[in-house]
Amino acid sequence: METSNTNEVKDVEQAPKRVAQQPKGKSHRKQAFYDLIAGYLFIGPMLILTTVLVIIPILLSGIISFSDWNFIAGLGGLEFIGFQNYMTLFQDESFHRSLMNNIIMIAVVPVTLFISVILAVLINKATYFKTFFKVIYFMPFISSFVAIALLWRVLYHPTNGPINGFLRSIGIENPPMWLADPSYSLLSVMIIMVWTSLGFNLVIYMAGLQSIPKDLYEAADVDGASLVRQFFNITLPMLSPTTFFLVITGVVGSFKVFDLIMVLTNGGPAGSTSVIVFYLYEVAFINLDSGYASAMGIILLLLILLITLIQWIGQKKWVNY
Amino acid sequence: MLTIRPDRVLVTLLMGAAGILFILPFLWMLSASFKPELDVMTYPIKWIPERWNAIENYTQVWAGAVPFALYYWNSIKVTLMSTAVSLIVSAMAAYGFSKVNFKGRDSFFLIVLATFMIPTQAILVPQFIMYRWIGLFDSHAGLVLLAASSVLGTFLLRQFFMGVHNEIIESARIDAAGHWTIFARIALPLVKPALATYMILRFIWTWNDYQNPLIFLRTDALFTLQLGIRKFADFSGEFYSLMMAGAVSAILPLLIIFIIGQKQVIEGVAMGSVKG
Repeated sequence: METSNTNEVKDVEQAPKRVAQQPKGKSHRKQAFYDLIAGYLFIGPMLILTTVLVIIPILLSGIISFSDWNFIAGLGGLEFIGFQNYMTLFQDESFHRSLMNNIIMIAVVPVTLFISVILAVLINKATYFKTFFKVIYFMPFISSFVAIALLWRVLYHPTNGPINGFLRSIGIENPPMWLADPSYSLLSVMIIMVWTSLGFNLVIYMAGLQSIPKDLYEAADVDGASLVRQFFNITLPMLSPTTFFLVITGVVGSFKVFDLIMVLTNGGPAGSTSVIVFYLYEVAFINLDSGYASAMGIILLLLILLITLIQWIGQKKWVNY
Repeated sequence: MLTIRPDRVLVTLLMGAAGILFILPFLWMLSASFKPELDVMTYPIKWIPERWNAIENYTQVWAGAVPFALYYWNSIKVTLMSTAVSLIVSAMAAYGFSKVNFKGRDSFFLIVLATFMIPTQAILVPQFIMYRWIGLFDSHAGLVLLAASSVLGTFLLRQFFMGVHNEIIESARIDAAGHWTIFARIALPLVKPALATYMILRFIWTWNDYQNPLIFLRTDALFTLQLGIRKFADFSGEFYSLMMAGAVSAILPLLIIFIIGQKQVIEGVAMGSVKG
């Protein structure tokens, strides 16, 4: 579906050039001038908003990252210290731990992909009421992270929570303390992340499945290939662009998880669930260290740019069509 | 689809069981919100409450010490305004970027496209400082503008405007229609499904947003629902039945909108491959 869409888009893009080449007489120049004004009026509001609220701030972020500054103190307290903030980041234990947690959290992506591709294939091929299933798995995706975090905080309750109640009832005498135990807390957060992102991945996979030509399976049937072989030799390769897209959005998304951490654990216990965006928030708005927080923001941007770059290069290399 | 095959029925049943397991947390939440506090944490779980305390719980949420109704109203206000402003700004920009020919169009589009990669957390500090200077800090208008500055809608709608044939636009221009008329009378109605999709998505994202209200609001009377339930949860401490009643109240309106517009939401997500 996506490929046919882009083809159409290309056709449409070339059309205005053809139109523009046609001689239009005297009104042509007037028309072009009118189009120029109209064009800027149409994109104007968006352009102003992104310039003021995104482009100028990211440039400012870059400048502030080279300074030692507490924004409460006003511009007078601004002092440029070169790359000092970036050097400090390299030695900051809390930053390392947050970065490490972010890297561990990437494991959510393959787990979610694995479950969702299996669910997608099963729902697509072998069930009735497809819409019903889509709606069910999509529910956590549309719920607010605040409500989800409150809910799971109770579910994970170490002594009275229903999860540990269940675990005890099947004979596990000392179930984990989940969010209260530093060695289980990150895992607990990751379980919630899988739960919330499953629906999105499932829906994208189901759209991907729709675009696989049916005759591939028919041919495989004629050749007597088993369903399992069909899955590995047709479905998975044909879904590789979808998988690739989901890996990238998943990894980038995992770097931006803020609301969940903030309400669920506040980065704790003992910093075991702190991630870069959470640590950035703490430094910026609790420690009021604007320069240092901005440096962290720039590093985060560079990380995300790097992942996007890998996407650009990788799309050609790893997507086998 | 019409033929009933036993193997498909079996898989449907199995998948149905998996689906129910998947939404068990929500069912638990709903059930807990109806119970008296003492019954919430009992095990084995009583899915249907033995003693009902629903009215008391929800009264506590809605008419208790925390002005929940006010937070609700604030959320409705911010969400509706954000959705409207974002929709207008995005649709206009999308039309400009796809259907008006002018110098510099594509380079501007590239710049706007590039801002998509900037994580919101990386620009929080400058945004915060600027908002305090301009006087948008601690105001709903500030939140609305932040939501409207998202470029996602522009991309999504541009894709759809590209699909509108240029012949339609050219013939309208021969009839001496201006760009605004073409935009409002011809192009917009043609992309109605995409508008609906983006509208619902923007509604969901703004409604659920916690980060922006947390950073950009200070006055309690301006708090949105997400800040409100967090505050309510801190306030009610270990009263889980109340906490769950609050969470249900926060999720329910969205769930209703989602179920009404599920086709648009799911298709929109699949089509634009959009993530919030």
